[in-house]
Amino acid sequence: MTAVQSTKKNMADAARGNGAAADPAPAEPLLDVADLKVRFRTEDGIVKAVDGLTFRLERGRTLGIVGESGSGKSVTNLALLGLHNPARSTIEGRARFDGIDLIGAPERRLRDLRGRRLSMIFQDPLTALSPYYTIGEQIAETYRRHTKADRKAARARAVEMLDRVGIPQAARRIRDYPHQFSGGMRQRAMIAMALVCEPDLLIADEPTTALDVTVQAQILDLLGELQRDLGTAIILVTHDLGVVEDVADDVLVMYAGRAVEYGSTAEVLDTPQHPYTWGLLSSMPRLDGDVDEPLRPVPGSPPSLLNPPSGCAFHPRCGHAVELCRTERPVLARPALAPGSGDAVPWPGNGVSACHLDTATREGATA
Amino acid sequence: MLRFLVRRLLGAALILFIVITATFFLFFAVPDDPARLSCGKTCTPDTLAAIRANLGLDQSVPAQYWDYLSGIFVGRDYGEMRCDAPCLGYSFVNSEPVLDTLLDRFPATLSLAFGASVIFLTVGIGVGVVAALNRGGWLDKTTMALSLIGASVTIQFLGVIARYVFVDELRWLPKPEYVPLLDDTPGWAGGLLLPWLTLAVVQAAVYTRLTRSSMVDSLQEDYVRTVRAKGLTPFQVTGKHAWRGAVTPVLTVYGIELGTLLGGAVVTETTFNIPGIGKLAVSSVANSDLPMIMGVVLIAAGAMVLANVVVDALYAVIDPRVRLS
Repeated sequence: MTAVQSTKKNMADAARGNGAAADPAPAEPLLDVADLKVRFRTEDGIVKAVDGLTFRLERGRTLGIVGESGSGKSVTNLALLGLHNPARSTIEGRARFDGIDLIGAPERRLRDLRGRRLSMIFQDPLTALSPYYTIGEQIAETYRRHTKADRKAARARAVEMLDRVGIPQAARRIRDYPHQFSGGMRQRAMIAMALVCEPDLLIADEPTTALDVTVQAQILDLLGELQRDLGTAIILVTHDLGVVEDVADDVLVMYAGRAVEYGSTAEVLDTPQHPYTWGLLSSMPRLDGDVDEPLRPVPGSPPSLLNPPSGCAFHPRCGHAVELCRTERPVLARPALAPGSGDAVPWPGNGVSACHLDTATREGATA
Repeated sequence: MLRFLVRRLLGAALILFIVITATFFLFFAVPDDPARLSCGKTCTPDTLAAIRANLGLDQSVPAQYWDYLSGIFVGRDYGEMRCDAPCLGYSFVNSEPVLDTLLDRFPATLSLAFGASVIFLTVGIGVGVVAALNRGGWLDKTTMALSLIGASVTIQFLGVIARYVFVDELRWLPKPEYVPLLDDTPGWAGGLLLPWLTLAVVQAAVYTRLTRSSMVDSLQEDYVRTVRAKGLTPFQVTGKHAWRGAVTPVLTVYGIELGTLLGGAVVTETTFNIPGIGKLAVSSVANSDLPMIMGVVLIAAGAMVLANVVVDALYAVIDPRVRLS
């Protein structure tokens, strides 16, 4: 397990409105996840959906979690909120949120945190909002659950939030049902609902995937703006590296339930260290690239988590795999001088990756 | 909402008209001698001749159809017998207008349907929700096994056994009989208790299984995950949010069920000797009382159509998306 220092840049603008000095323990990050494991019992066996994940998130900052479908991104977030069915899943490891242990905390305690200090928004706001209640009622309901506000005050708060996320004529629109909103407005309403209690952490699970591109940009801008105003830390789950580049401070690349690369956004995107990250980057179209250059998708498909490959889970799809990759699972670390030597080289920045390849091979491959 | 209701009611009226027409042609235009069929088992040549004259069987079929239809709106004379509007025909077996008999019998059927519905909906939905919330647990498995047994027994079997055990032997329940509600309310409830319970055992099983499965689906909806992520309590999650998604299939099935029950619970009424529409259907078939059979068919169709209008209106109350479409 490697402790990851977080870079100090952007700390100033990341601080909460009332000043970072007010934080009781600035040394401890807002969210500290260590060796998180989530397993599901199924008829076919045990699925290791998340298998030893470690990351941390400071107040007011944004962590992008990137990976293919089934890499464990959403499972991780639902585990942080304690939303997995305890009868079907086992969650181990540690997740400290502002000094509170989330894993193994009583359901009652988690319920008080959800929606108040940890909020979540989902991919498809049409299915994630209840079709049976008005937008206003759904926002006010969250507020009333966590404050002593009466019906009227909660309603006023709902109007205020809806106005703040940029919905025109908010006082009238709170009486609308979700199906009367457009896709972008629904996601705005979802954000209003998630932020109504001004939580410390917002988990956004592919918040723009179901929206068209122009609306995507608006929603991301809105999230950034609210983050600056409220000092909310954000975990942004996405498979869109372009989105990550725009909004995330740090990036965690997940593959088969494990982190394969973790570092600041600049490091991970500019000097990617893991062959999977290379694959993700080269499969993404770029406006500044040569139009004739073909996109190179990562060959193959994600492995079964019931029976993951030996060694490095990515080795069957990796063009650079060596024998060691098939037998030994790499740990998250700085690149080594030689395969298996364990001697880390000084590397520009703080990025870590889980790969056996040595620096020379990596530099050769990315050159 | 008003437009929605008006549209549904117009549709219902159209369906009833089609049913009336279809029944008329089925019973009057198709048989060789409707008079013989209308006369009943104890038919004398005199009655037969009177019926022939009164039904206007010497006229053309369209003319007879017109007489029948207009009778519904303005009433009709069958010889000296006056049948006031809405006249659904005249039973020569009972010597009274069909509608009078139907109205006389309907309260018993309504009482049976109402009481049984209260019991089987309460038990069925309640147990179904509990089973869904404990999905896979022992409570779920036990109730599902019990409901399978409940759904498998028949009323005539269960009714006879229950009557023997609980009424004749143990004397826990009063003798099943029908006493009008307004005459003697405790007697009404007491007399119908066993029929209600018998009907409810069979039906509750169906609603338990239906509620459980739609509740299990509803609990997996994205929006239910959202309300859990908002920190709502399990009671709020289920009682305020999840049930809304689960109730629609239950309502659909109940709409059909209610229509069937109001058209006469034939087996239950016969088993417990309750003088309702169902029992009337059986006796009118046995007596070859053609106008009465037609009347029973009409009232059953009318009950079904009405129940479905009510269910459609309730859909709109439950789901705001329905109101717009």
